[in-house]
Amino acid sequence: MHSTKSTLLFVLAMTTIVAVVLAGMSTGLKSIHDKNEALYAKKATLSAVADHLGMDFSSITNEQVIEVFNSQIEQLVLDAKGNVVPQAQVNELYKGGLAENIDLGKEFKKPGDEQLYPLYIYTKKDGSKYYILSARGKGLWDAIWGCIALKDDLNTIAGVAFDHKAETPGLGAEIKDNPSFKKQFIGKKLYENGAFRSVFVRKGGAKDPVYEVDGISGATITADGVTEMLKRGLKYYEPYLKTVKG
Amino acid sequence: MATEVLTQKENKGFSFGKKERALLTDPLNDNNPITVQVLGICSALAVTTGMKNALVMSIAVVFVCLFANMITSMLRNSIPKSVRMIVQLVIIATLVTIVELTLKAVAFEAYKQLSVFIGLIITNCIVMGRLEAFAMANRPYESALDGLGNGFGYGIILLAVAFFRELFGKGSLFDYKIIGGSAEYLIDTTQSWLFGWYAPNNLMVLFPSAMFVIGILIWVHRAWNPKLVDIS
Repeated sequence: MHSTKSTLLFVLAMTTIVAVVLAGMSTGLKSIHDKNEALYAKKATLSAVADHLGMDFSSITNEQVIEVFNSQIEQLVLDAKGNVVPQAQVNELYKGGLAENIDLGKEFKKPGDEQLYPLYIYTKKDGSKYYILSARGKGLWDAIWGCIALKDDLNTIAGVAFDHKAETPGLGAEIKDNPSFKKQFIGKKLYENGAFRSVFVRKGGAKDPVYEVDGISGATITADGVTEMLKRGLKYYEPYLKTVKG
Repeated sequence: MATEVLTQKENKGFSFGKKERALLTDPLNDNNPITVQVLGICSALAVTTGMKNALVMSIAVVFVCLFANMITSMLRNSIPKSVRMIVQLVIIATLVTIVELTLKAVAFEAYKQLSVFIGLIITNCIVMGRLEAFAMANRPYESALDGLGNGFGYGIILLAVAFFRELFGKGSLFDYKIIGGSAEYLIDTTQSWLFGWYAPNNLMVLFPSAMFVIGILIWVHRAWNPKLVDIS
């Protein structure tokens, strides 16, 4: 029979070994994990302009994603007043200093006038530009976020990509997995007669052809989260969009 | 079941005879963890929307089953009886975390899709059940075979369920488009004279269909295998 002392010793030894093995593995693989994570985020950003890449997005390779990002995408960091923040200044907060390094979840915890927003400008081979904005909000269970690509009139949506942390598969997760939900956003407009209106995800079906899309059955709260995220998140870019429009 | 009777006295070497073969093949058929013991149903419902997810999950469970059984069996004489469940859980959790970290490094997309379900292997009754029922009483060699057998038994059902769900729900297998309403598919239902009436059934992708498919599989399995017929 085992004495209390030997039981304690066994448990202690086991915990130590397990802790060392797992900690070692986690640190050892960290650089690869970070690389995968960054690539995944890049691909998600690109999927907002999937129809305008000039290649089949479903079979895009990692190398192509990086190549498009390096050659056709300009990354800007904006402050609350719509000014472009120089990279050196962003560097103090985020390693890398690029739009892709910005963590919106962290930014939204800061006071409003100190927040920074990432912006990607994708230049198509024919010279037309697409502005990819980022937004972040709450779904039913946890965070949801998305990229919204605008055409160069800075009003019409060219494509969207959503992602979520823990929405229910088959219900809330449809905002990411259901292509026909995302397709609805294409051609929708953000401004009505110059005033910001945003796009509304309406339960029971869109009533306005330009500013509303159909909701998802069984995912009302997630859909409301998308509406809120767009309304609040895209508004932050208004000062910048105004300066570009001139 | 017959597999539990094996003791260390009967076997000394690493021979592969009738008993060892039974350890591997029993869980595939007569003692299948899903269709006969009805364990691990939760994950079988969740990850069977596509063959790819089911395959990754199966490989993960085979790995965890194999090594959890082996390690537990190696330690079986030194594990204090009063904390044996906790020790088993720690062994399983460690292996699952290793699987998770590895997947995150080599198959990131699959990792993103399976997300919570990989972590939930820890609570998969098949793994814990085999440790308690078999590995605590048998040598590492037999335990490894038993772990492999049960992992495969789980995987084979997972793949079978995923086959029906993906084929009839999405019209594809391993994301390779087989049948559907556009030119991208192997059989284009808008063109084919034979399959013009066919349309993929979205219900098959949702969870309830997994219940139906597993239920039908259990029924067919019991009807087909005479050993499973309940005489009472």
